[in-house]
Amino acid sequence: MIPGALREEVARDGEPIVFVARDRLLEAMTWLKETPGQQFDYLVDVTAVEFRDRERPLQLVYFLRSLTRKADLRVKVELPASDQLAVDSVWSLWHGADWLEREVYDMFGITFRGHPDLRRILMWETYAEGFPLRKDFPLRGRFSRAEQVRQALNANPEAHYSLDELSIADAWGDLPDDMRERLKRGERGVVPE
Amino acid sequence: MTEVAGQSPNYLLAKFQDLVDWAVNSSRANSLWPMPFGTACCAIEFMATAASRYDFARFGMERQAFSPRQADVLICAGRLPFKLAPVIRRIYDQMPQPKWVISMGACASTGGIFDNYAMVQGIDTIVPVDVYVPGCPPRPEGLLYGVLLLHKKIRGESLFDAERRRDEQPLDDKGLRMSPAEIDEVSEPFGNSVHQFRSS
Repeated sequence: MIPGALREEVARDGEPIVFVARDRLLEAMTWLKETPGQQFDYLVDVTAVEFRDRERPLQLVYFLRSLTRKADLRVKVELPASDQLAVDSVWSLWHGADWLEREVYDMFGITFRGHPDLRRILMWETYAEGFPLRKDFPLRGRFSRAEQVRQALNANPEAHYSLDELSIADAWGDLPDDMRERLKRGERGVVPE
Repeated sequence: MTEVAGQSPNYLLAKFQDLVDWAVNSSRANSLWPMPFGTACCAIEFMATAASRYDFARFGMERQAFSPRQADVLICAGRLPFKLAPVIRRIYDQMPQPKWVISMGACASTGGIFDNYAMVQGIDTIVPVDVYVPGCPPRPEGLLYGVLLLHKKIRGESLFDAERRRDEQPLDDKGLRMSPAEIDEVSEPFGNSVHQFRSS
């Protein structure tokens, strides 16, 4: 039995869905990955769903696959919007969760405790309008078009990257001075609240 | 210069300026080096235009410049997200004068169907645009027609007439190329998007 499992469902395509208590997510995931007979060794995707009905909690969805057993499983965690949107990161189990969790954070504002580098990934790091896939987010954004253009044009396209990410250590001598200075200071942009 | 009785002495000089303009403009128009900035499906049509069937090398665009330093015309083919806005502006700024911009397709020209938080509503809010090619995406004939219109526009320019001269268009102190009110105005929803509420 999966630790922390609350209930089970079957998706319309026949795939099993397991709802897990949010506090025991990491425990359940560890169990699913390491237990013989489960061996879900591959994290396919992490995403989230917010329903139009504001009463319903947000769902955080993990798509797991076992490459050895050729089996799929979806694990869901329910997060009430009134509560703090935070769960434990599964990065320690699957390093591939790094960018997937960053995307969920970027689009939904769900924070992952223990994530090594939780910043925006699709929107730029200084983006201050909120989390675009939330239902309370207006489709055209919160700022006026002129303000959006002003912020975009004043953005520094290179400020989003860190030294390890670009693997530009070899090209250190060719970098522009301001970029070198920023990287030396360890600056990687500011994660908005 | 011999003065013909009853005629303006400027006659020959004016004609000489026209001759210089004609020579300069013809050489510019007939050897445009395009800098392709393809971000979406328009870039596929752009590639078709460049390939052998439509072959815009026939109109002097033989060499595609994949460096802005050696390009004359920036062709933005496809939608432009806000994240790419400083990139295309930097490419534009890196191109030497004289330079022209073709906005290819509905998304580059107006934002198209992407009236949302992530998309620039027309690249003319970022860089000055000379020719807009409509279509979603435009067929290669459409782009070629846009290139021919650009030729026509180049032939109308003048080195000597300040009003018809091509000048650099830098950003202002706020980092914009038009006033905020103008940007808001050209970004207004139109067509089907007027039915979309701002809060929805």
